[in-house]
Amino acid sequence: MGYQVLESVWLAPNVRKLLVAAPHVTRNCGPGQFVIVRATPDGERIPLTIGFADKAAGTISLFIQAIGKSTTDLCNLETGSSLCDVAGPMGKKTTIHNVGHAVIVGGGVGTAVIYPQARALKEQGNYVSAIIGGRSKPYVILEEELKAVCDAVYPCTDDGSYGFKGFVTQRLGQLITESTANPVKEVITAGPVPMMKAVAEVTRPLGIHTVASLNPIMVDGTGMCGGCRVQVGGQMLFACVDGPEFDAHQVDFKELSDRLTAYREHEQRCMAK
Amino acid sequence: MSEAKPKIKAAERMKINRQAMPARDAVERSHTFGEVNLGLLEQIAILEAQRCLECKEAKCVAGCPVAVDIPGFVAKLAEGDLQAAADVLANCNALPCISGRVCPQEKQCEILCIRGKKGDPVAIGYLERFVADWALAHRGVRKAAPVPLSGKKVAVVGSGPAGLTAAGELAKLGHEVTVFEALHQPGGVLVYGIPEFRLPKEIVKAEVDALVRLGVEIRCNVIIGRSYTIDQLLQEERYDAIFIANGAGLPVFMGIPGENLKGVYSANEYLTRVNLMKAFDPNSATPVLKAKQVVVVGGGNTAMDGVRVARRLGADPSTLVYRRSRTEMPARIEEVHHAEEEGVVFQMLTNPVKILGDDKGWVRAVLCQRMELGAPDAKGRRSPVPIPNSEFEIPCEVVVEAIGTRANPLLTATTPDLKVNEKGYIQIDANNMTSKPGVFAGGDIVRGAATVILAMGDGKRTAHAIDAYLKASVQPATAN
Ligand SMILES: Cc1cc2nc3c(=O)[nH]c(=O)nc-3n(C[C@H](O)[C@H](O)[C@H](O)COP(=O)(O)OP(=O)(O)OC[C@H]3O[C@@H](n4cnc5c(N)ncnc54)[C@H](O)[C@@H]3O)c2cc1C
Ligand SMILES: Cc1cc2nc3c(=O)[nH]c(=O)nc-3n(C[C@H](O)[C@H](O)[C@H](O)COP(=O)(O)OP(=O)(O)OC[C@H]3O[C@@H](n4cnc5c(N)ncnc54)[C@H](O)[C@@H]3O)c2cc1C
Ligand code: SF4
Ligand code: SF4
Ligand code: FES
Repeated sequence: MGYQVLESVWLAPNVRKLLVAAPHVTRNCGPGQFVIVRATPDGERIPLTIGFADKAAGTISLFIQAIGKSTTDLCNLETGSSLCDVAGPMGKKTTIHNVGHAVIVGGGVGTAVIYPQARALKEQGNYVSAIIGGRSKPYVILEEELKAVCDAVYPCTDDGSYGFKGFVTQRLGQLITESTANPVKEVITAGPVPMMKAVAEVTRPLGIHTVASLNPIMVDGTGMCGGCRVQVGGQMLFACVDGPEFDAHQVDFKELSDRLTAYREHEQRCMAK
Repeated sequence: MSEAKPKIKAAERMKINRQAMPARDAVERSHTFGEVNLGLLEQIAILEAQRCLECKEAKCVAGCPVAVDIPGFVAKLAEGDLQAAADVLANCNALPCISGRVCPQEKQCEILCIRGKKGDPVAIGYLERFVADWALAHRGVRKAAPVPLSGKKVAVVGSGPAGLTAAGELAKLGHEVTVFEALHQPGGVLVYGIPEFRLPKEIVKAEVDALVRLGVEIRCNVIIGRSYTIDQLLQEERYDAIFIANGAGLPVFMGIPGENLKGVYSANEYLTRVNLMKAFDPNSATPVLKAKQVVVVGGGNTAMDGVRVARRLGADPSTLVYRRSRTEMPARIEEVHHAEEEGVVFQMLTNPVKILGDDKGWVRAVLCQRMELGAPDAKGRRSPVPIPNSEFEIPCEVVVEAIGTRANPLLTATTPDLKVNEKGYIQIDANNMTSKPGVFAGGDIVRGAATVILAMGDGKRTAHAIDAYLKASVQPATAN
């Protein structure tokens, strides 16, 4: 029983792609939405973005970065195994417009989180650039897939082992300056909180509309627990139902990163076991 | 059949005192999650049943939202005929193991019991629980009488007490029923909210298993409004009717400074982590913050559950802060007593005004204000008024807010033609039908946060209204 893992492959040393049968999720899902999964009956409920959704086949692909106990367990699932629970889709769909030039900025597994938006932006007729980062070459993911749906893809590595040497935010700044003929009108970003915060700081003075896909700790994903609450423009919102995407210039990133550390001690204990 | 025993005279019945519910030792239970009430022994239950005067015009029944035939089942129990008592009960109440444990009897059936006029009312809840538990343990799996299938499909949204009750009734009426549940486990508040020590999850599971044996299909992990819309269920999945029983699960926060500090929970999150996700078990992957000092805000069942859970997770003190006085607390009396026995500290007439944090973003205390009761409001409830300059701090590392819930707009927002009131609760007509033909609703999503038994009553009534609707509709509801 459960939800079959039809395919499981490593994309990077710490990122795995799972293709999972979940027809109830594909029925209505769109870019920006996510599922909550449990690997085993005593497992945690973990939110994961819906990467590719194949409506005809009723399958979704999930991209998982092993950072703690639950994501490590998920990354250890092999083809032919199954997930105990897959609930969704959750969250709001991204509102996609034709803005002209849109840039997606992904860091680490965040690249997978915004892949569906890249595709949807392209379908709306935008000129789409993708800036994707990883600490070194093996950590840059989905470059080929993005090339298929973007007009330009700019890989970046912290150590310069591949593509641009430096942070995605530096490359974003350059791209904005270079693109005078085709000015950047919108930025969508997903990745580690400090990265999203830095992206927001690059675009804020220029007044470029910027959307961040937030990743607070979640439990139910239906608006029932309030654990995913974030401050946006001074308002308390629930990321699982009001988001997960918000205006990056309005988000209180400091509070978000702070709240993400609530279970660090517990997590370290779990990993030590 | 046992021979009819000679009837006991009223005067003799009057001499019997109300029997006490045996409970797990207060010290032991303040750090374990085993059920607190242990249940009556058979002889004691029979003795208690004999206290009932078997009134012709039983007042108690009027207090029961599902009109359980109280004198009927209690009389059979008094005679020692447990089979018959269980039959009477099963006829009126689909989930008696649950209502016997969680009904606020002191406000419903027992408050109207004639014996309560002078002395203590009959312990109707204890007896209901006794008979229901006996039936569960001794009658095993009962084969439902086969019913002719109607050929109609009904979808139930939500698997709380309203949804489960409706599903059972509809299946018994011959309809094909699918229950859609957003979480990974059925039961609603019965599994994520009410803790194990008040309602063992095995009991909920037994009820769900019984539904599955009746042929009900339960599909967890499906969120109606997202996975499928109501219109898709009607038009594409070809359901002939829908019962919406998705509860009122949106937590309300106080709106005071410091609510986003680490260590502040809504009661829903705190209880879900502990109950549904079993965070009390060291082997569970889901964490919950275990603090030395916990403050829980509120005075209802949810607050009481929160403060008792915190106690069991090791909080000392585990403090309940409530802005009115003890007599105004809406929680079940028994829970208040139990909490007290377990060493919970009550800070009545106290209202939090700010949550204080340390430099790392963790809660360190709650700043509170003393209150006094002012003039009664329109409903006769005396509203609390702050006493000037009465602020004081209660040190704590975890704060749990249990000040109420609201309607969750997730489903209604995707069904624009479903009429809701100004608070977002679904509006229904006398037949429990919403503004959408063939779509019915009940439980907390209609009433606002209410009780398990009211939700069950809604489920049962609506199932019969749906049955009547399906029989009356010449064409399937989905035909345009
Ligand atoms: C809407 C949404 C979509 C997401 N999509 C993806 C995705 O597609 N792929 C993916 O790999 N991850 C995604 N995440 C993040 C993922 O859910 C977390 O990484 C996961 O819950 C961590 O679980 P864990 O037990 O492995 O790690 P934990 O043990 O819980 O955490 C390990 C460390 O990471 C931090 N942490 C905890 N929770 C999160 C979180 N939600 N995000 C970031 N850091 C966290 C903690 O501070 C801790 O130090 C998403 C999160 C959200 C809210
Ligand atoms: C902590 C706590 C303690 C309580 N104690 C008592 C008590 O002692 N006695 C008493 O009588 N009452 C008590 N109550 C109140 C009682 O539990 C509720 O009134 C009752 O559960 C309402 O039943 P319901 O079926 O309407 O909804 P719920 O029990 O809330 O169930 C609704 C279900 O629907 C699911 N759902 C929601 N949205 C969707 C969707 N879009 N798609 C699919 N599924 C969905 C939810 O996940 C949930 O499982 C308590 C409540 C709480 C929170
Ligand atoms: S269902 Fe509740 S109110 Fe009705 S008789 Fe039983 S305990 Fe009393
Ligand atoms: S009112 Fe009291 S004594 Fe009379 S039937 Fe009901 S429970 Fe028995
Ligand atoms: S995850 Fe519970 S409300 Fe968002």
